[in-house]
Amino acid sequence: MSTLLPDFAEMARALRAGKVSSRELTGDCLARIKRHDSTLNSFISVYPEQALAAADAADKAIASGSAGPLTGIPMAHKDIFCAEGTRTTVGSKMLDNFVAPYDSRVVSGLAAAGMVSVGKTNMDEFAMGSSNETSYFGPVKNPWDLQRSPGGSSGGSAAAVAAGLVPAATGTDTGGSIRQPAALTGLTGLKPTYGRVSRYGMVAFASSLDQAGTLTRSAADAALMLGAMAGFDERDSTCANVPVPDYSATLNDSLQGKTIGVPKEFFDDGLEAGCAQAVQDAIKQYQELGAVVKEVSLPNLAMSVPVYYIVAPAECSSNLSRFDGVRFGYRTESTGDLADMYTRTRSEAFGAEVKRRIMTGAYVLSAGYYDAYYLQAQKVRQLISDDLSHCFAEVDVIMGPTTPTPAFKLGEKMNDPVQMYLNDMYTIAANLAGLPAISIPCGFSQNLPVGLQLIGTQFAEGLLLNCAHQYQQATDWHLRTPVISGGAA
Amino acid sequence: MSWEVVIGLEVHAQLATKSKIFSGASTAFGAEPNTQACLVDLGYPGVLPVLNEQAVAMAVKFGVAIGAEITRRSVFARKNYFYPDLPKGYQISQFELPIVGKGQLTIKLEDGAEKVVGITRAHLEEDAGKSLHESFSDRTGIDLNRAGTPLLEIVSEPDMRSAKEAVAYMRKIHQIVRYLGVCDGNMQEGSFRCDANVSVRPMGQEELGTRTELKNINSFRFVERAINFEIQRQIDLIEDGGRVTQETRLYDPDKDETRSMRSKEEANDYRYFPDPDLLPVVIDDDFIAAIKAALPELPEARATRFAESFGLKSAQIETLVGDVDMAAYFEQVVGEGADPRLAANYVLGDLTGALNKDSLEIAVSKISAVDMAGLIKRVMDNTISGKIAKEVFEAMWNGEGGADAVIESKGLKQITDTGAIEAAVDQVIADNPQQVEEFKGGKEKVLGFFVGKVMQLTQGKANPGQVNKLLRDKLSV
Repeated sequence: MSTLLPDFAEMARALRAGKVSSRELTGDCLARIKRHDSTLNSFISVYPEQALAAADAADKAIASGSAGPLTGIPMAHKDIFCAEGTRTTVGSKMLDNFVAPYDSRVVSGLAAAGMVSVGKTNMDEFAMGSSNETSYFGPVKNPWDLQRSPGGSSGGSAAAVAAGLVPAATGTDTGGSIRQPAALTGLTGLKPTYGRVSRYGMVAFASSLDQAGTLTRSAADAALMLGAMAGFDERDSTCANVPVPDYSATLNDSLQGKTIGVPKEFFDDGLEAGCAQAVQDAIKQYQELGAVVKEVSLPNLAMSVPVYYIVAPAECSSNLSRFDGVRFGYRTESTGDLADMYTRTRSEAFGAEVKRRIMTGAYVLSAGYYDAYYLQAQKVRQLISDDLSHCFAEVDVIMGPTTPTPAFKLGEKMNDPVQMYLNDMYTIAANLAGLPAISIPCGFSQNLPVGLQLIGTQFAEGLLLNCAHQYQQATDWHLRTPVISGGAA
Repeated sequence: MSWEVVIGLEVHAQLATKSKIFSGASTAFGAEPNTQACLVDLGYPGVLPVLNEQAVAMAVKFGVAIGAEITRRSVFARKNYFYPDLPKGYQISQFELPIVGKGQLTIKLEDGAEKVVGITRAHLEEDAGKSLHESFSDRTGIDLNRAGTPLLEIVSEPDMRSAKEAVAYMRKIHQIVRYLGVCDGNMQEGSFRCDANVSVRPMGQEELGTRTELKNINSFRFVERAINFEIQRQIDLIEDGGRVTQETRLYDPDKDETRSMRSKEEANDYRYFPDPDLLPVVIDDDFIAAIKAALPELPEARATRFAESFGLKSAQIETLVGDVDMAAYFEQVVGEGADPRLAANYVLGDLTGALNKDSLEIAVSKISAVDMAGLIKRVMDNTISGKIAKEVFEAMWNGEGGADAVIESKGLKQITDTGAIEAAVDQVIADNPQQVEEFKGGKEKVLGFFVGKVMQLTQGKANPGQVNKLLRDKLSV
């Protein structure tokens, strides 16, 4: 039987009471990874020795009474976060051999809080994808149905937490890459406000949209982790110098009188019936908790996918220029001239989706097209952001579905990029506006988890976690776990 | 046909910050390759640029000094292109919204006339690294020490009409950035260099000719030569029925010619866009006011003050204030009590000669300003003559000590003892009866002969005034 307990609070209590050690918890995670991950493929790297050493250090801290609420709790990092001395691949052949020489802020923050990292999780290549199928290390399987995708790009983190291989994992969300996999695997996935968590040491995909966050079972766990990840970091100029509140302290605030805005555009023809039902039921649940529901409108929502697929590729085409075979990462074997080295290195080491986005991005930035695409997209981005601001003048939180459908089959959308992109139609707006958003499990459709998305105003993570926690106190969707076939649970 | 030359310059001034524009690595020159390049400079995955506020302050200082518009919200943009010495695959620069907007500079031409040259803009950017082709037989080395060094690129209007005007403009910029202390101006080390846009058109034609861009010229002499070569090349080409192609050309100082690097067709589309890793640079009134208040004295003001306080010739003043270090040296010499005119003569004469001979900058002069003043004071109080002073200067330059020590050790103290001089005068008169007759016969010129003989006898130490007077007195008897 697993030593994993339902949430961090219980783990911390057990650790402090001496009922279990961090070494036991960590060892159990490593054992479960060993047992299940050949099926799930959720990890790219696992570090048993380092993890156990960190667990021992945590046990000492617990024994000496210097432990915090996260000390000794195992977790995993999406393989996009640099961790000193360990391989950081970003799911790409390009960085297959890259050993990071430094720690990202997220890695150092969680390590300082005493969490024990057991390894790095699989992801779509450079976080570009919504199914985890663009990874150089192969697709990740959804523990709820191994034929299906866990979503992406943080698919490895989602599958690992959903399957109970680790109690929590980090992720990054550029257009929905935390929330969409959280929804498809029945987890709580938090994307904080842009600038809430430092991007230092997080390999960039689209700099103006990327934000680090968490994949956990519960909002209470997310509150604790966010506290250790958030905060000003002078190494990231876009990181906000805003105090970090105690997110756990407001979890139990009453929702009485809180207003929830439900954008009518979220409930369009694209939304699968079972998902729609689960989301409607969840909103009813909120009314029972005392919240007031209002219909609102995001008239430019339909433009969010097209805008995203101009802005994100534009930024990524430039961000990925540094992968040129000169200083680190993959370099072609062939010995031609300089242009040849660049072309071959990048052709051989980038996958199809990354190439597609680099080419799209280079195109929308080139002379003669910049105004029509990039500049125009930035203007529409502002309109979408304004739409959200108008809503927040009337409501405290916006709610709707996280994804249009539950988990889809692996291979189903790989040949149709546009269908794949539309999977993020409800999540992208929060990235474009830089707002915090969370996805929480709210039921099932076709026996697959469904996610409810909550969007807040800038730095309203506390309120989102409060709303999520109150819902999770009243429901047990977040406690449901899959039975993984192909390995005893 | 007569031709009109049109020149615009892009001057790159390396800002004198201690660390790089977007990282904490040192900007010091001359370190072992790649020892001053941190992860940010190397463009490692996950690292981010953080703007050095000093670089912003220096750019604003330049803008304020030339009375240019300061952009209240300027934006960094990425200039995308691939090259091994450009680690990120893009250079962080400014494109649509540079930190310094329109301004102008007045330059002095050779005939003394003044000319106003428009400044289009000045923007902040990071320098690239260096490719080293020489040290490796079959490969190219890359040194990224320079990558990320802050540059201020100062772009002029196409207002210059000759290579000489271009040089005068470049010198003026050089002078200002050195006065402001925002750039060390060291051209050998590449801290101050320029690109020149050159075109020609038939005299009187409104429309500009096709221009070429001459890249990376790092001396005043080469700017003049490169431009003159390029002007002649373009005129010859057109007069032979050809056309100038818009292209980038490189000046080769060894061959004294320019040659094509790349044409417009091969030119990159840099795909500029605002850098999402950096916030816009917002500059408020207080920031500008503080910089304005702390502006040092600029060359014009200093020239006026020198003219008023020291009564020097305008040509002397121009040379003295032309270089900020020379002006400072001169002021220190005067401050130590030296007569300003003597000080100007020594600084512009003996000292400049010695510096040039040893290829030294005045900032590292072998004779300090204090010692220089010491020498001049010994001339002023008649301890030595001007002639002996040259010998003392020479000894001081060779490290033999201060003026007093040299005078003492070499026994060069001027003889002012009337008795001693009188003895020498008497002897010279006695030894040269023929010349005495000539003088008495009215040949005044012979007096010089006597003076020379007396000085010879006293090894140059006799006070020349006294020698003259005594000779006249005795020969007139």
